[in-house]
Amino acid sequence: MEKIEARDVNFYYGNFHALKGISMDIPRNNVVAFIGPSGCGKSTFLRLFNRMNDLIPEARLEGSIMIDGQDIYGPDVQVDELRKNVGMVFQRPNPFPKSIFDNIAYGLRVNGIKDREYIRHRVEESLRGAALWDEVKDKLNASAYALSGGQQQRLCIARAMAVSPSVLLMDEPASALDPISTAKVEELICELRKEVTIVIVTHNMQQASRVSDKTAFFYMGEMVEYDDTKVIFTNPRKEATQNYITGRFG
Amino acid sequence: MVKFIESELMQLRSEVYQMWTLVYNQMDQARLAVLGLDKDIAQQVIVRERRVDAYELKIDSDVEDFIALYTPVAVDLRFVLAMLKINNDLERIGDYADGIARFVRDSEGSVLDRSLVERLQLNEMFEGVLDMMRDLQQSLIDENPVKATSVMDKDDTLDRIKAASTGILVDYASSHTDAIALCMGLAGVFRKLERTGDHLTNIAEEIVFFIDAKVLKHTSADTGRQSSADGHVTGN
Repeated sequence: MEKIEARDVNFYYGNFHALKGISMDIPRNNVVAFIGPSGCGKSTFLRLFNRMNDLIPEARLEGSIMIDGQDIYGPDVQVDELRKNVGMVFQRPNPFPKSIFDNIAYGLRVNGIKDREYIRHRVEESLRGAALWDEVKDKLNASAYALSGGQQQRLCIARAMAVSPSVLLMDEPASALDPISTAKVEELICELRKEVTIVIVTHNMQQASRVSDKTAFFYMGEMVEYDDTKVIFTNPRKEATQNYITGRFG
Repeated sequence: MVKFIESELMQLRSEVYQMWTLVYNQMDQARLAVLGLDKDIAQQVIVRERRVDAYELKIDSDVEDFIALYTPVAVDLRFVLAMLKINNDLERIGDYADGIARFVRDSEGSVLDRSLVERLQLNEMFEGVLDMMRDLQQSLIDENPVKATSVMDKDDTLDRIKAASTGILVDYASSHTDAIALCMGLAGVFRKLERTGDHLTNIAEEIVFFIDAKVLKHTSADTGRQSSADGHVTGN
């Protein structure tokens, strides 16, 4: 069984048909990159994996999305539980207006964990996992806003990882970061793949080719091609994919 | 962005064509120099070898720049990699033309025995090389992998003529002891032309790699297997 299985997914914003018949298998502990021009549906598809589109008025989903064999749109699924299992990191770092420590501890406390020693342990473990511990260990009570943009983004990754998800969704996680911070986030992605399955939306072709095992190219709501990243970037099967990744998309 | 990429690739392609034409002319002139033992033509080939070297350096540098500045992928990456390798092969072929010219320049004779030339099929050997060069350049211009692959078969003819030349030269040298040095020089010419055929086969493989992303190198002749660019080996 694959980690994520999407079957014939169609998604509508009112009358607008945003995703058209997409089926995809995402293997466990893989990094899968979604690429494509703006408005092609890649972020919409990503956000379906933790039901982030549920509250959009007149939005409608057809088809099924299974994680670990369970239909995440099934009637017995608790969205809170789903999002604990499927973490998300956004384009711009969005730390809470709290201390560094409390940012990481927030998810644990919301999930009812009160054991202070366990929380302290998980905060350190998560910050170490996000390669941020050495930079913040002496100022855990400082505001998260005091961190640089790159540090804030790694804090958000640590926050998402604190509740031990098995899937991490990343929507252009490095697009607002400088090259050094971007490199740190990419290194982090490569480390985190040992623990979680990662789906990342990116406009950066080199980033997709560097960090992902598989890549999907989307265009106008359709998934044009999905294959091993090496194949997509050396010998794509579809001309549209080749035109896009070589910058000839017109 | 697209304009820049297209323009750079066109420029690189144009440089490779120019080098190709230059090397072709070098080999053709080397042919005339050998057949007539013409030291003047040989000297011109030797002088023009510097231009071949200059082209090689320029194309190497342009490929490096293109990779560094544009981080090509897919067909663009295959194209620049193919151009880099073809550039290297053309430079080696230019070296062989130069080596043949140096043999002519340094040889003591003033005329080649016509019957020996005919038995050796020396002109046919040169023509085979030049045919391969013309067809391969056209296959690159037309982006025609079938034509490129068909050129590879002609290398067998070169191998056959070269293999036969050794015995003919040994026989000739044993009965013309004053021509031993000349025969050794001619043996070197055949060796260079045979190696040129090998480089042209490499070029054919690079053209197929660029166009079809298929790796023909080290193909097993008995199974007819080939490798694709993603490293998978596929059966025919």
